[in-house]
Amino acid sequence: MSLNADGVTGTMTLARPVVTDGVAHPPAAVSCQALSIGHGERVVLQAASFSIPAGSFVGLLGPNGAGKTTFLRALLGLTPVRSGELHVFGASPVCGDSNVGYMPQSRTPIRVSLTGRDMLASSLHGERWGLPLARAEGARRIDEALHAADAQDLAERRIDALSGGELQRLRLAQALLSAPRLLLLDEPLASFDPVRMREAALQIREVARRAGATVICSAHDIDPLLGVMDSVLYIARGRARLGSVDEVITSSALSDLYGAPVEVYRSPRGRVFVSADVA
Amino acid sequence: MLEYDFMRMAFAASGCVAVLAGPVGWFLALRGQSFAGHALSHIGFAGAVGAALLGWPPLAGLLVVAVASGAGMGALGDRATGRDVAIGMILSLAMGCGALFLHLLTHSAMTATALLFGNVLGVTHGTLASLAVITAFSLAMLAFLSRPLLFASLQPELAEARGVRMPLLSVLFLMLVGAATAGCAQVTGVLLVFTLMVGPGATILRVGLSPALALPAAAVLALAEAWGGLALSWWSNAPASFWIAVLSVVCFLVSGIPAQSLRFRREGDAGSC
Repeated sequence: MSLNADGVTGTMTLARPVVTDGVAHPPAAVSCQALSIGHGERVVLQAASFSIPAGSFVGLLGPNGAGKTTFLRALLGLTPVRSGELHVFGASPVCGDSNVGYMPQSRTPIRVSLTGRDMLASSLHGERWGLPLARAEGARRIDEALHAADAQDLAERRIDALSGGELQRLRLAQALLSAPRLLLLDEPLASFDPVRMREAALQIREVARRAGATVICSAHDIDPLLGVMDSVLYIARGRARLGSVDEVITSSALSDLYGAPVEVYRSPRGRVFVSADVA
Repeated sequence: MLEYDFMRMAFAASGCVAVLAGPVGWFLALRGQSFAGHALSHIGFAGAVGAALLGWPPLAGLLVVAVASGAGMGALGDRATGRDVAIGMILSLAMGCGALFLHLLTHSAMTATALLFGNVLGVTHGTLASLAVITAFSLAMLAFLSRPLLFASLQPELAEARGVRMPLLSVLFLMLVGAATAGCAQVTGVLLVFTLMVGPGATILRVGLSPALALPAAAVLALAEAWGGLALSWWSNAPASFWIAVLSVVCFLVSGIPAQSLRFRREGDAGSC
């Protein structure tokens, strides 16, 4: 089923409008036109159209298995576009694009005792053949990235002795190594307890703002991102909806997305509960 | 002891093998694939005895079978579930074939002991030349692979996103492991390849040196263990393979002591807070 164009086009205000020819153009960091992507048999997006303005912080939400990671992989050029168009800063996604910084969901536990600097150094030009030798230019870029993520203190620490939050800061620094204009963060809050989640989300926003990067941040829980994100991209059942929290996280919008009754409750303190009997 | 030609040959051969085995072992330990090195040597055993049966040099059979099996293992992929069972089945089959070929060989007892437990004192000039070529070629290959291999081993998801060709890398690395295994088996025998290949690498990995330092350090440690084993064997009259195994395990245990006691103390502090 295809999405209505009006329902999915980003209509939010911009943090930083770019002015060219005297006219303010909302520059799109990501734009999708009738985009279909999938993973094996599964359809993740079916003819979805939306556009994410540069400079915004987008929370990528949806049920488990809806394809949040697959969508991020499509933006990285790892999952092929089945039909329609997907553009990142006006061009088709290319694997290894330095405009895009990526922080994958950390699944592999760290078993090695290397310093934070070693970890960042291994990923800098890690795709090139040859010996893993450090260069002065690389050391400077690592320092800049550590500084940008407030992680200078972690440079000489052992990564297997870092707390979840410290490791996350280091991985954020790593994602900033190529000075990206778009940051794709896959479940960066998953390793935190509920109290720290919000703190971590605010820190990510602050770091991204200073770096001038657009952020797409997937999460399985909306609460820590409330008030942090500018908009929500909700993916469910092959359909997507982009808009403000008030537009998207409503009983009617989510029921429409799921094609089944979904109820949204808001607590007096602003917390959001989504409840559905989705078969 | 160096006035004897067979000892000079043994030092040269084990030195050749060690400088390759150390760095390869470091990557094996880093990637959690040390069992693959062990398996490749067992599979290679069948190749070695098969070659002997056909009247070819066992090293050639070992090398070809181990490198080919490495390629196959790499092509199967890291995420194939039940991979340990599959590898176990294949290596049992290979050992079984090895047993059959040994049965068919007339001078089987000598060959079996030499292949299983190593015969570094019997290295010929021809074998030494082959080992030197294997080491030179493999080290060049490892130097070429090491940067993306390090990245892919530490952070596979990110490496894939940055354009590292993961399946190709995995195949090339395990072929390299096959070659290193074949060399190593000349010194330690197929049963004890683990001692010279994984032991020094795992020890250095435990110490936590930065990769640019760790790779040469692993080579130096492997060399020290191989030559130390040979020297001890000369003085004690026990097989070199035995001493290399002892040195390998002792170094590994010693490298773990400071880290463990530090960690213990840190936990103790946290508990008292």
